[in-house]
Amino acid sequence: MIPTQRTFFLMLLALLVPFALRAQVTPERLLHASDEPQNWLTYSGSYASQRYSSLKQLDPSNIKNLELKWVFQAQSLQKFETTPLVVDGVMYITQSPNDVVALDPKTGRVFWLYHYAVSPAARPCCGIVNRGLAILGDTLFMDTVDSHLIAIDSKDGHAIWNVKVAEPGAGYAMTMAPLVIKDKVIVGVAGGEFGVRGFINAYEAGTGKQLWHFDTIPDPDQPGHESWKGTDWEHGGGAVWMTGSYDPDLNLTYWGTGNPGPDFNAVQREGDNLYSDSVLALDPDTGKLKWYFQFSPHDPYDYDSVQVPVLVNTDWKGTPRKLMLWGNRNGFFYVLDRGTGKFLDGKPFAKVNWASGLDANGRPIATPQPAGVPTYPGIQGATNWYSPSYSPHTGLFYLSTWEDYGTIFSGVSAEYKEGTRYTGGANMAPIPGAENPGGIRQGPINTYTEALATGGVVAIDPHTGEKKWKYPMHDVNTSGILTTATDLLFVGGREGYFQVLDARSGALLWKQNLGGDIIAGPITFLVDGKQYITITAGNSMFAYALRE
Amino acid sequence: MKILCLSSRALWLCAFVLSTLLLQSAPVRAQGQDRAPEYFQSDIQYGAQIFATQCTACHGTGGDQIPGVNFRAGQFKRVVSDNDLRATITTGVPGTAMQPFAFGASELMGIVSYLRNMNSYDAHGGVVGTPARGQALFAGAGNCASCHAINGKGPRVAPDLGDIGSLRTAEFLQNTLLDPAGSMLPANRPVRAVTKKDGKVINGRRLNEDTYSVQIIDEHEHLVSLTKSDLQEFSVLTTTPMPSYKGKFSAQELADLEAYLLSLKGVK
Repeated sequence: MIPTQRTFFLMLLALLVPFALRAQVTPERLLHASDEPQNWLTYSGSYASQRYSSLKQLDPSNIKNLELKWVFQAQSLQKFETTPLVVDGVMYITQSPNDVVALDPKTGRVFWLYHYAVSPAARPCCGIVNRGLAILGDTLFMDTVDSHLIAIDSKDGHAIWNVKVAEPGAGYAMTMAPLVIKDKVIVGVAGGEFGVRGFINAYEAGTGKQLWHFDTIPDPDQPGHESWKGTDWEHGGGAVWMTGSYDPDLNLTYWGTGNPGPDFNAVQREGDNLYSDSVLALDPDTGKLKWYFQFSPHDPYDYDSVQVPVLVNTDWKGTPRKLMLWGNRNGFFYVLDRGTGKFLDGKPFAKVNWASGLDANGRPIATPQPAGVPTYPGIQGATNWYSPSYSPHTGLFYLSTWEDYGTIFSGVSAEYKEGTRYTGGANMAPIPGAENPGGIRQGPINTYTEALATGGVVAIDPHTGEKKWKYPMHDVNTSGILTTATDLLFVGGREGYFQVLDARSGALLWKQNLGGDIIAGPITFLVDGKQYITITAGNSMFAYALRE
Repeated sequence: MKILCLSSRALWLCAFVLSTLLLQSAPVRAQGQDRAPEYFQSDIQYGAQIFATQCTACHGTGGDQIPGVNFRAGQFKRVVSDNDLRATITTGVPGTAMQPFAFGASELMGIVSYLRNMNSYDAHGGVVGTPARGQALFAGAGNCASCHAINGKGPRVAPDLGDIGSLRTAEFLQNTLLDPAGSMLPANRPVRAVTKKDGKVINGRRLNEDTYSVQIIDEHEHLVSLTKSDLQEFSVLTTTPMPSYKGKFSAQELADLEAYLLSLKGVK
């Protein structure tokens, strides 16, 4: 029988549909991203943001056979902070300022490159960086340092839509990877050093139409506004510059917020300054606030609480409970009930003297230091935005730290002027004249010493808040962390070493010097049956797999 | 006693004043959050010298010749904080005779310290240091040149001081001369390493360090990279071979040596 044209078309469609569906990243696939360990579908690997993989090809017995497979060199000298997405055999990354690159994860060869010309009005505080993408269907989503959100076709890299999120000339910038929930793309804005008023927006994935808007500094008629005096709230900060998490059962999405403005001169902004330095639980359908928890009320130290919320289901005091684990820049490790925001536990994981502890509600018992005396942790915090990891296999929470690192804080009056820095600080290192670790990248020579700061990786038992082990580093640690089901822990550091540790003991299993700061998180995926690990260092991305 | 103003414009950079009170180095406590926690006499006096040669033509020796500005009385037009002062000095004031000045950190520290303490300063008096005499002390009686190089000329056992006048304040240099161990920066602390393999002792100064290795220049001026796991001992010492000049040099000699060090601004 010779098929008719219509029959032929239907047969062809029947053949192609399974492949087409496979290429589509549906909301359902995002919900169960952990069930696809061969892929890496979101910034944090899953909505729970554990940065944990169930892949087992690499294990302690063979990790010494790890071999460099390829290197991708970014066409940029800016910091390289991207976390790739890996979707059915294709990798998508960003490079500064706002390029998207699709490449072969087996060879590092490029399929296409999308270039976005950033407005000269952009003024990100801390480097022209981008941390990654989100995907839904066949569309990638990237926000930009000049505060646009762009939808890009994952097949050929052409822009589908481009919407302006905020005014870059006013100090708004966007550096995070967006978060897709259902049919929405959710993003926040940076700009806490410019006196912006932070917000989170949701956009319709198909059209770019704005669906809801949430101000992190409440309007005068909203709850929380009473935590401000006068008009201080208008430039109150509360920027949102890291990707949130999502609990589909509770239908809540969680986002951390940054410092109040001006950063250091807290006498200019009396009150708790809600919702700065907080975690917000929002309904992703409406943007309505369900609960909040403020880590550092009335913060004079720039202790942004933008860390990625790590969601864990486990027993708590003998009862199954939905927890949120949070290693905060302020030096405390927190356990919250993510259904209610209730504070369950909190303990310092590094040297802290700005507070003597936390009260029963998790509010810090502030102990401001006298003028000229160092406050611990210092400006960059005991950790910062670097993604932590939680391993359900070990039951431990892992994070990168800055240890014994302090700053002599000194607030000075700051006048708000749109688009200019609004920090109000004349801060100093504890040892005058000595090199001090800064927040930006390190050069090839480390001229500061253990007297100013060190770093490391710590493993914390969430049930006790106690450190299970610590892997000390000479330099401060700016790397994200990945753990696997074989109890491997992958971590970089500002020294440029890429290291594999035993996730149970902290013992070093393997290391290699990549020659440049590692300020992003490693990921793992499977292509053609081979497990790969990638990490960015300096201006390049490195891919590893077992020697053949 | 008032500080004598130097007649030569070029000489001001070569002059440094050290009062007898200075040796006690009592800090002046600052008030409020907009100012440094404290100002040091040596910085104040360094600033006085700069002010005398660079600022008095417009502001007058009393700092009160510009209408609305009276430094001695703490009266400014637009300055509130020390940072404001630095900004005004380095960027100038458009539309006025106040030009931008390309001062380094130590000079700015001096001027700001002086302007903040101008009212109480003039009563103290001091000793004028001369860089030329200081240079002679550096090479001679001070024996500094036996360890320190200047712009690559000389031994490398201790840090090169070719741009020390840009890096350090007057107060810092004075403290170093009087108490070298107490004011030694962590990065300059000597290190001692002993190898596991043959017990070889290596003394030197750190150039770079990470978790697994350290790069040093040893006492024989060799560049040595050591793997920490190969060492049976790696110590960072808080003592220093540098002698204290307290009691060895007169106030005048100390002022001369500091004036010389402050004049070292590196190779442009």
